[in-house]
Amino acid sequence: MTTVLQSRGLGKRYRQRWALTDCTLSVPAGHVVGLVGPNGAGKTTLLNLATGLLAPTTGTIEVLGGVPASSPAQLARVGFVAQDTPTYAGLSVADHLRLGAHMNPGWDAALARERIGRLDLDPAQRAGKLSGGQRAQLALTLAIAKRPRLLILDEPIASLDPLARREFLQSLMEFTAGGQVNVIMSSHLVADLERVGDYLIVLVDSRVRVAGEVEDLLATHHLLTGPRRDPATWPADWRVISASHTDRQTTLLVRTCSPIDDPAWVVEQIGLEDLVLAYMSHTPDPASNGAPALEVQR
Amino acid sequence: MIEFHLDGRSGVAPYLQIIQQVRQALRLGTLSVGDQLPTVKDVVATLAINPNTVLKAYRELEYEGLAAARPGVGTFVTATLGDGSLAAHGPLRRDLERWLAKARRAGLDDDSIEALYRDTFRAAAKEEAL
Repeated sequence: MTTVLQSRGLGKRYRQRWALTDCTLSVPAGHVVGLVGPNGAGKTTLLNLATGLLAPTTGTIEVLGGVPASSPAQLARVGFVAQDTPTYAGLSVADHLRLGAHMNPGWDAALARERIGRLDLDPAQRAGKLSGGQRAQLALTLAIAKRPRLLILDEPIASLDPLARREFLQSLMEFTAGGQVNVIMSSHLVADLERVGDYLIVLVDSRVRVAGEVEDLLATHHLLTGPRRDPATWPADWRVISASHTDRQTTLLVRTCSPIDDPAWVVEQIGLEDLVLAYMSHTPDPASNGAPALEVQR
Repeated sequence: MIEFHLDGRSGVAPYLQIIQQVRQALRLGTLSVGDQLPTVKDVVATLAINPNTVLKAYRELEYEGLAAARPGVGTFVTATLGDGSLAAHGPLRRDLERWLAKARRAGLDDDSIEALYRDTFRAAAKEEAL
């Protein structure tokens, strides 16, 4: 198995509105995938399609080589923590573990107990009385103890305070260090994703804007500043992600695999957060083959 | 055993920060031949970073001949960077401390001290190269 998630022309429509359009992805195995995008971009829809909670309107999606939720074996291979890490408020921590053991054939009871002990959670405590961070850790424990091959998490840390967020990510990374596990996690928090993720998908307006290994993305995107120039003179293999001009100067974010050898450009590397923001804030103009329309600033 | 830390705002890639910290520890003698580096699991559980980041740093250290992985056990230091000069560190550090005290008495602040040091270092390096 070399791909964790493969989709072709995947789309989902709710009545009149398309939540996800023409999504074609091929995510290789062995990564912690960060899924980023503004609210309403379609992140939750994509994750729900991957778990099988939703059925596609168009196209196909395969997860770990199988159709989502198509068999008990497929269900056992995918762990899912839904948005805001839900738990059953009226059930105790121990009840949650019993429930997990009952519903998952591959349940690792020792791992679950060990984690609950290390997190210092009282087994008799009701989930409704736990703090946000503890509840998130409980939800993560349930998902981890079923020993999935793929763990899908929808905005697990958005509502946590910085300490709980760090602790959650520590637990998650410790789990992935065990090997043979893939993670897909959506988040607004690019700085956190930058630490834990090594593959990135940027979703804007129900479309995938960019996807790839973080290292490749950082190596092939360059921030250029130079004297104002006619776009017609830019090399043909440049993909211009964003462009702004003053009457004298041009600033570009360019994606290219070839070196920038024109000395008129000052070349700077770009951080992941700026890269994501550039993709989020510049919608491509379909007429210009993916290159955004020029914005003139004076 | 050493412990790694990450500066999220430094702009230096996390795997490079780990390599730099190992090299630094080797230079200062905090780590020496035979010492074990923190396990990947320990590093990711402390720093909340991707395991591949740590693996990449350790692979690079192996490539440089500074460390070697023993499968199932961990990664161990196989060479050091300080070697013969380590004994001289103590006296040199004391000289430097005296110099720093002198610079402060002369009214230099942190930035000025750093700038002066860096400028002198660069000028000396240039002279040596000639």
